[in-house]
Amino acid sequence: MSQSVAPVLEARQISKRFPGVVALDGVSIALLPGEVHALVGENGAGKSTLIKVFTGVHRPDGGELIYNGSPVAFGTPLDAQRAGISTIYQEVNLVPMMSVARNLMLGREPRGRLGVIDTARMYGEAERILAGYGVVTDVRRPLRTLGMGVQQMVALARAVAIDARVVIMDEPTSSLEPREVETLFSVIRKLRDDGIAVVYVSHRLDELYEVCDRVTVLRDGRVAHTGPLAELERLKLIALMLGRDLDEVRTGGLTRFSRDRRHARERDGAAPAVRAEGLTRRQVLRGVDVAVWPGEVVGLGGLLGAGRSETAKGIVGALPLDAGRVLVGGLPLRTGSTTAAIRAGVSLLPEDRKAEGIIPALSVRENIALAALPSLSRAGVVSDAKIDKVVEVFMRRLRIKAASPHQPVQELSGGNQQKVLLARWLAIRPKILLLDEPTRGIDVGAKAEVQALVDELAEEGLGVLLISSDLEELVEGADRILVLREGAVVGELSGDDVTEDKIMASIAERGAESDG
Amino acid sequence: MTGSPGREQVSRVLQQHGALMVLAALVVVGSVAFDSFATAGNAASVLVSSSFTAIIAIGMTFVIISGGIDLSVGSLFVFGGVLAAYGSQYGLFVALVLPLAACGLVGLLQGLLIARTGMAPFIVTLAGLLGVRGLMLAISNEGATTYLVKDSAFARLGQGGVFGLTWPVYITALLAVAAMVLLQRTAFGQNVYAVGGNEPGAALMGVPVARTKVYVYLMSGLLAGLAGVLNAARLSSGVTILGIGLELDVIAAVVIGGTLLTGGAGGITGTIAGVLLLGVIQSLINQVGNLTSAFQQVVSGLFLALVVVAQRLLGRAQRLG
Repeated sequence: MSQSVAPVLEARQISKRFPGVVALDGVSIALLPGEVHALVGENGAGKSTLIKVFTGVHRPDGGELIYNGSPVAFGTPLDAQRAGISTIYQEVNLVPMMSVARNLMLGREPRGRLGVIDTARMYGEAERILAGYGVVTDVRRPLRTLGMGVQQMVALARAVAIDARVVIMDEPTSSLEPREVETLFSVIRKLRDDGIAVVYVSHRLDELYEVCDRVTVLRDGRVAHTGPLAELERLKLIALMLGRDLDEVRTGGLTRFSRDRRHARERDGAAPAVRAEGLTRRQVLRGVDVAVWPGEVVGLGGLLGAGRSETAKGIVGALPLDAGRVLVGGLPLRTGSTTAAIRAGVSLLPEDRKAEGIIPALSVRENIALAALPSLSRAGVVSDAKIDKVVEVFMRRLRIKAASPHQPVQELSGGNQQKVLLARWLAIRPKILLLDEPTRGIDVGAKAEVQALVDELAEEGLGVLLISSDLEELVEGADRILVLREGAVVGELSGDDVTEDKIMASIAERGAESDG
Repeated sequence: MTGSPGREQVSRVLQQHGALMVLAALVVVGSVAFDSFATAGNAASVLVSSSFTAIIAIGMTFVIISGGIDLSVGSLFVFGGVLAAYGSQYGLFVALVLPLAACGLVGLLQGLLIARTGMAPFIVTLAGLLGVRGLMLAISNEGATTYLVKDSAFARLGQGGVFGLTWPVYITALLAVAAMVLLQRTAFGQNVYAVGGNEPGAALMGVPVARTKVYVYLMSGLLAGLAGVLNAARLSSGVTILGIGLELDVIAAVVIGGTLLTGGAGGITGTIAGVLLLGVIQSLINQVGNLTSAFQQVVSGLFLALVVVAQRLLGRAQRLG
């Protein structure tokens, strides 16, 4: 790949303004055929906007887009797609209720006589295409009945199948299992070898270095750096993203959970803040026991689908249980009732911010106050003054960056949205906080802040149950780790045993057993 | 976290064909209980009286699957009938084309408003409901003038037939088959499902969202008008007091037929079953004799509630397994 190769898609001095924000400020980027181009930057750096300009969702206010050597203006996503620019988004943008095959073939269904869709051929073709991605499934089933990983593969297969010259992937691995990530990478490499330009957006540095050739770093709507990725040191890359000096990053920019607390935990005699016994749910949980003591961070490890989120949901009563009970401070909790859990001081920060957490159109203030309303009101009448106080305290303490408490949450970056959610649950003064993937999809800076905050909360005596797919985060953050596999606890690690290797060994050990 | 395929399939079949099963069961029960129920005459009467609702319900099925609602169909039904009767004095052609053009235009305008300005279908078609009924009253002298059908060929369209069934029944059957093919086997049909199932996603997948919506409301308007035309031919006059609340009966039939009011799922078979189910309930209550027709509405209402609850439960079963 030399610079003499003509770019397939090029942005020249692209600008895009939204009311009150300059999202892109003279961004130039060239995508070459046969390269995997990493696009990185903190949330709010302009990545999403740039992608939307490429895909015809937004029209740029200034600059031009050159595609195959000539200027283009895509009016709609359909125009861009027809021209050969395909996108797969972070949240799978397919139609859950339609069948796998119909999702895959939508818009280019094979026609039989009279121009009517030939369903037999459609199903056959869908099966053949998916087999190429290692997906073997009944393509007649509604898409929603499949796991997220498979859905993501269908989205990818769809994006690639339409004769794409450019494939844009926005956080494609955020809901994939390691095995699926491997499949994805082999597909990406194949696309590259076929001369397709791949744009790869991810927060996971390991993945970037594994699969990408070049990188463009965006910061505050401008290009901060562009060049070959292999020549760029990791810390340097982070420094570019954060806009900090390299030294600053080395010394303190990437603060993580402190390790001081470890071993210091005195558990003998004290009652756990929360104890779950024998949580059982058909096909999901097979008798999970978890206990969290005050001031302790317990990590839940395991692969996607091991039952980590389900355990947390079971504890707060958001997942109906077939058997098992939850004790808070020694008293049994009414199962299946989130109200009872919240009243007892158990809060869950859910995994899926968009679907289960924030209410996008409501303001920061309203989102924070939501769960705490009962405690902030008398006889059903809410006290504005009390809310203002609580909101102010948490916006300051969590360093929520918003224009005002009245700004709608949907306008904030992912990291700040996550902090708003965290504030919501802290506002009810919980005794136990369950965090499901608290740093997924948020930028490096906000990630460190959230992690530091969790640490701080534990120091103050809060019991924390931490779920994370990021092994490093688990190891750094948790005092003790329970490893789940197929809905059961298969290992407990504490003290010096809390290492990435031990967790993986624990997962693998059990895996070998069940395979054989 | 997926359900076992068997259970998943059972709940899907129930969702799609539940109305048909209940319909079959009711027919069996009615046949056993009442001698006068399972007669050719009664069957024909149920089919004939259901056919007009069915034509409108076909259009409504597309609208609801696309995630919308069309409240204007009752008004378009009566408007189409009055225009057809009025137009029949100029011959068969005018009696057919005038109402279809007018109702199609209303549907098109509603579709454009909904698709291009993003206004809520409920509001746009509520305006249609009020406005079109006003138009109908305006051309019929506040409803006092009932135009009589002057063209005998046109009247035959509503009254003639073969094998004991009138033409509207056959026309409905043809339309239903055409609609099934359109919905299941054409790109347009797939787009309707996609728009109702995930509108932003559909847009990103390159589905022409706005165009799909416009067509859906255009079709609903045309079909409501056609039902009105056929009904005018059957009655030989443009009766001005029809169609009040008809849109709600139609929506009820579509939902009972398994189409999700939230959009994205449903089908024509279910809708036809839903319409016939309401017709059969009516007929059974007539058989009992000493019950008033008000009781039919009570039963229909209960049934609708039952179906919606069942849909919720089935939906949950499909998701959680």
